[in-house]
Amino acid sequence: MSEQTSNGRATAGDDTAALDLSKMTPPPEQDDFAHLRGTAAEEDVTFDKEERKFIRRRSLALLWKASAGVRGKLLLTAIAVIVSQAAQAATPFIAGGLAIDWGLPRLIDGDATGLWVPAALYLICAVTAGSLLYWYTRMTAEASQTMLYTLRDEVFRKTQALSLDFHEDYTSGKVISRQTSDLEALRELLDGGINQLVQGIMFMLFTTVYIWISDIRSGLVLLCAVIPIYFLGRWYQKNAEVAYRRTRISSARMIVHFVESMTGIRAVQAYRREDARSRQYRKLAKIYRDDMVRSIGLFGVLQPSLMLIGNLSVAAVLLWGGYRVLEGDLGAGLLLGIVLSTKRVFQPLDMIAMFYNSLQSATAALEKVSGLLEETPNVRQVKDPRRLPDCAGEIEFRDAEFKYSADGPVVMQKLDLHIPAGQTLAVVGRTGAGKSTLVKLLARFYDVTSGSLTLDGVELRELAEDDHHRHVAMVTQEAFLFSGSIRENIALSQPDATDDQVIEAAKAVGAHEFIMSLPEGYDTDVNKRGGRISAGQRQLVSFARAFLADPAVLILDEATSSLDLPSEQLVQQGLERLLGNRTALIIAHRLSTVAIADRVLVIDEGRVVEDGSPEDLIAAGGYFSKLHSAWSATMGS
Amino acid sequence: MQPSDQKSSADTTPQRGAQERAAQERVESGQRRTLIQALARLTPYLEGLKLRWFFGMLAAIGAGVIALSVPVVLGGLVDDIATVDATAAVVWTAFGIVLGLGVLEAFFVFLRRFFVIPPASDAETNMRVSLFSRLIHQSASFHGAWEAGQLQSRAIADLNMLRRFFAFGSLMLVTSSITVLVGIGVMFSWSPILGALFLCAAVPVIALGPAFRKKFIHYSRSAQDQAGEVATKVEESVHGIRVLKAFGRGDWARSSFKEEAATLRDLEVSKMRTLAKFQMFMVLLPETVLALCIFTGLYLASQGDITPGSLAGFFAMAVVLKQPIEGIGMLIGMVFMAKTSIDRHIDVMDIEPNVVSPEEPTTSAERGLVELENVHFRYPDASEDLIKGATLRIEPGETMALVSATGGGTSTLLNLVPRLYDVTGGRVLVDGVDVREYSLPDLRSRIAVAFEDPTLFSTTVKSNVLLGTGHHRNDDNPGEGDPSHPHRDKAPRLDQLDEVLTEALHTADAEFVHDLPAGLDTRIGEEGMSLSGGQRQRLALARAIAAKPSVLLLDDPLSALDVRTEERVTDRLREVLKGTTTLIVAHRPSTVAMADRVALLHEGTVVDVGTHTELLARSSTYAGIMRPAPPSGEELMDAIPAAHVDDAAAPGAPADFQEVQP
Repeated sequence: MSEQTSNGRATAGDDTAALDLSKMTPPPEQDDFAHLRGTAAEEDVTFDKEERKFIRRRSLALLWKASAGVRGKLLLTAIAVIVSQAAQAATPFIAGGLAIDWGLPRLIDGDATGLWVPAALYLICAVTAGSLLYWYTRMTAEASQTMLYTLRDEVFRKTQALSLDFHEDYTSGKVISRQTSDLEALRELLDGGINQLVQGIMFMLFTTVYIWISDIRSGLVLLCAVIPIYFLGRWYQKNAEVAYRRTRISSARMIVHFVESMTGIRAVQAYRREDARSRQYRKLAKIYRDDMVRSIGLFGVLQPSLMLIGNLSVAAVLLWGGYRVLEGDLGAGLLLGIVLSTKRVFQPLDMIAMFYNSLQSATAALEKVSGLLEETPNVRQVKDPRRLPDCAGEIEFRDAEFKYSADGPVVMQKLDLHIPAGQTLAVVGRTGAGKSTLVKLLARFYDVTSGSLTLDGVELRELAEDDHHRHVAMVTQEAFLFSGSIRENIALSQPDATDDQVIEAAKAVGAHEFIMSLPEGYDTDVNKRGGRISAGQRQLVSFARAFLADPAVLILDEATSSLDLPSEQLVQQGLERLLGNRTALIIAHRLSTVAIADRVLVIDEGRVVEDGSPEDLIAAGGYFSKLHSAWSATMGS
Repeated sequence: MQPSDQKSSADTTPQRGAQERAAQERVESGQRRTLIQALARLTPYLEGLKLRWFFGMLAAIGAGVIALSVPVVLGGLVDDIATVDATAAVVWTAFGIVLGLGVLEAFFVFLRRFFVIPPASDAETNMRVSLFSRLIHQSASFHGAWEAGQLQSRAIADLNMLRRFFAFGSLMLVTSSITVLVGIGVMFSWSPILGALFLCAAVPVIALGPAFRKKFIHYSRSAQDQAGEVATKVEESVHGIRVLKAFGRGDWARSSFKEEAATLRDLEVSKMRTLAKFQMFMVLLPETVLALCIFTGLYLASQGDITPGSLAGFFAMAVVLKQPIEGIGMLIGMVFMAKTSIDRHIDVMDIEPNVVSPEEPTTSAERGLVELENVHFRYPDASEDLIKGATLRIEPGETMALVSATGGGTSTLLNLVPRLYDVTGGRVLVDGVDVREYSLPDLRSRIAVAFEDPTLFSTTVKSNVLLGTGHHRNDDNPGEGDPSHPHRDKAPRLDQLDEVLTEALHTADAEFVHDLPAGLDTRIGEEGMSLSGGQRQRLALARAIAAKPSVLLLDDPLSALDVRTEERVTDRLREVLKGTTTLIVAHRPSTVAMADRVALLHEGTVVDVGTHTELLARSSTYAGIMRPAPPSGEELMDAIPAAHVDDAAAPGAPADFQEVQP
């Protein structure tokens, strides 16, 4: 926990995180690849060579950074792989060249070394290969899973650190798939045998080396074989990539159709689409089948072709070697070793080809993840934040202006607004008038573009994050509950709170009764997204959460607007208790809520048009007054 | 996708209990089935596969046996070449044989795939399509109990597994076994002692394979489940990001995420450790035995008991047999997995749909009369009826609002009319005939529904709206007729479609579609544009209107619309609905305003029917439900024209709030 706290705090503010790629980004004007930075180019599919290189470099940089801490282990693992495969590739030569050519004649002459040496050497090779295999499989797993864990954590951290404007643009679906399916693709690769890939290549390498050492001419045969294999490989790579992508697309279509039909079964049946949907599914399934068969078919050509090339090489080695055995240049046993090795040398290629697909999707995933990690949060903690141990809750906007982007429209016109400590301020206005901008600035989802916004005289931009969080709490319309108990959900705002404090908070906002009526009281699991309790009850829990946090400033962003009438009545009293003596900014919805405010602000088109106590505004006969009479009229009916 | 009533009414505990019991029973019946019985169930799909599978196996055996001949040739060569009078002919012969067989081996491997892959894929596809057709005819209650994701994995992962089993696993198991047996036989013929030694290594390698796989799969599943937990944490942290930011609890979320991620990491490492152990074993045991074989073989050769050629052949054979021996263990594991997949497939296929057309359907002239007679309904596994004897008659052309407290069963009642669910007591009649006596297409072509939760499909806007017209246009079959729509006289004709479309979109205030990138041909859904809840709801409403049914069922169709849009749609609907029998579930007075009469559903029965005003006056229950919620300030603000703001004297506004000059 301590590690997380220190880490999280430090990184959220000043970006010292190890994997944060955003640090390396040069300023946009000097950046040739500004258009590829971050998540910008995620949907693009075609890149030129330079762009490809840039993206690949970014992915590799990420991997390199993620490997910090396990690099030593990876190096040892690499050595173990090399030694193990060297030992394993040597066995045919020991059985052939050493045992038959060297050992057997000696043994027949009565020299026991001819018996012991090959057997012992073989045993040593076997034990070395086997035990190192065990060791490096474990080590690779540990190292790669540690890297994956680091990556997961980093993506999570980055996601949390990124400002809400990013989240609004990028959508939760994408963030989630970066963190799940993309990292899953990496996991599959690590799982499914990056290990075997490397060991396969090593095995091929050593076998080739041994063949070259044993007999340079056989080596030449092997060299000839490499040429068709190279072309075959290129052919396969090119076609497999296309086929794989096609299969992915057709399977996705099929899956979408399936899931939609099943989840929308009532619409399907009510509109008699059963047969039409089945026919269409058949069509999609057939397309998928054809793509699949084509994709498998490629492998079905590759595999026998590799085998053919291998077998032809074996025959050629046999012919050339056989002649030289006849001439006495080569031992028959060594020929055996060479022939067997030639037969084995191409075997890993099958496997490498099979991993090609998962390598591809892992690469694509890594590109997207590295893009996400390159994003910079808009709101960051300054280097030396100012502390504010105690807070009265006095808020001041001075010449504060806000726009979402440098060239975007002004969302909030220059604003001067002073909210004394303890005042309850209600803000009303039409949709899009800019009410929630006030909230977003105060909650520091964004920073003001110009001018200043202070809390107890301290500029919000300079205030330490944890002090800000401690003093300013927000309750939103969507009272999100996390899976876990009610107790945990209330204590979310105050993790060290005792059970009594939690219950006290619940009682204060009037949530205690309904919580006690739940099957397990405060220990009731709220299920995913608070499924089992009503919207009003959920809002009460979030009030209790805010009460427990005991902030000096409270922001209510349409906190009761989605509630129906009975639920609203349920939370109204709790709301008043929650407000207490705090400074409060209420985005107002219902008259009942506005009525408890000390002061009302009417906002239109990003500026304040009326400001005063509810009574004064009503008396003045302005806009709020009209609103109030309209309200009263509907209430009376 | 469940109607909202069910969640609040059905007690989840007994429901889950019964579902678990049913699942348990299915698992047990699957276990009682043998592999042969299970395969027999698949016979219809395997017709095209049988012969080609057999040829494929012959090819595979051919390739396997050829592979074995190389060591034999090598052994012979080593012996022959060592003789004094060896000539080039010996080498050429060996070369010829190795070359010929090598080409043949590759060809056989190609043939195996050529024979089995297409028919195995066909079998897979046919099973998949049958599964889909089966599921699409299952009732809504079936789909309430089975998650789409569950069904999906049966349709994809399980059937992929079966294809691999038919095309590869089953075949290679037979072939590898034969190859290994023959190979070891040859070894015995060279030297029984060496053969016996080799057997000592082969048996444990084969025997331990399945056990290892089982353990590996166990870890693999746990890791997968754990990956699900990690994904849940991710989803929560993203959906709840506002709360986390508001309370500065990112660290808390991160630490609980890290905990799950660490568990995942550890599971993955344990899994790989199991693999590591197994791999070590697979190398150490056979290779140690081979070291022993070298020792023994050399000794035997020095004694003249075997020829150096046989010794060479033996080693060559050991190398060739390595792959099939390791493979057999894996293939046995695959048999178990295939069996499980078949069982899972049969489980679902064996469930009979419970809402089907009768054997001899009746029909009647289409008028639009809907009657409920003492209707009872209980959700499967709920402990009591949700609807307890509702009786109601909706006259042809009448618009009837259905009102109840939340969870009172109004949505459920709508579902009973087109038989999305069947009543558990009493009857529902359409045009004087029990809905269960119609053929389903006949019944459902009389009715159109707009669900509260609008389901749109991933296709164009146009196809979505015209879904119920009987002329559903899809890209492949433009103007495809709909054999399931017997009421062609009532349904719009093909040449009227554009008109129908325009009218429906107008009525539902869904003209925003013209502003979409490709207008009416814009693809929506998963791979297309995503629409807001209100937009989706309006399209779903347009779809119901476009179907021009004689009975229209609207489940709170305007709930996601803002006040002004709602008002517009209400006005237009009132016009369009004239002459169409309409049942509309209403939660707001504004919706009720569309209806001629209102039926109040309370505690499972229709307790009162009358006009809105009558019911307000005489029923306190109704008044309680329908008491108008005060509109929000924002709504009122939106309703007051902007001019008012400018007109406002704004006496309270201090000077410093005025716009500052640049």
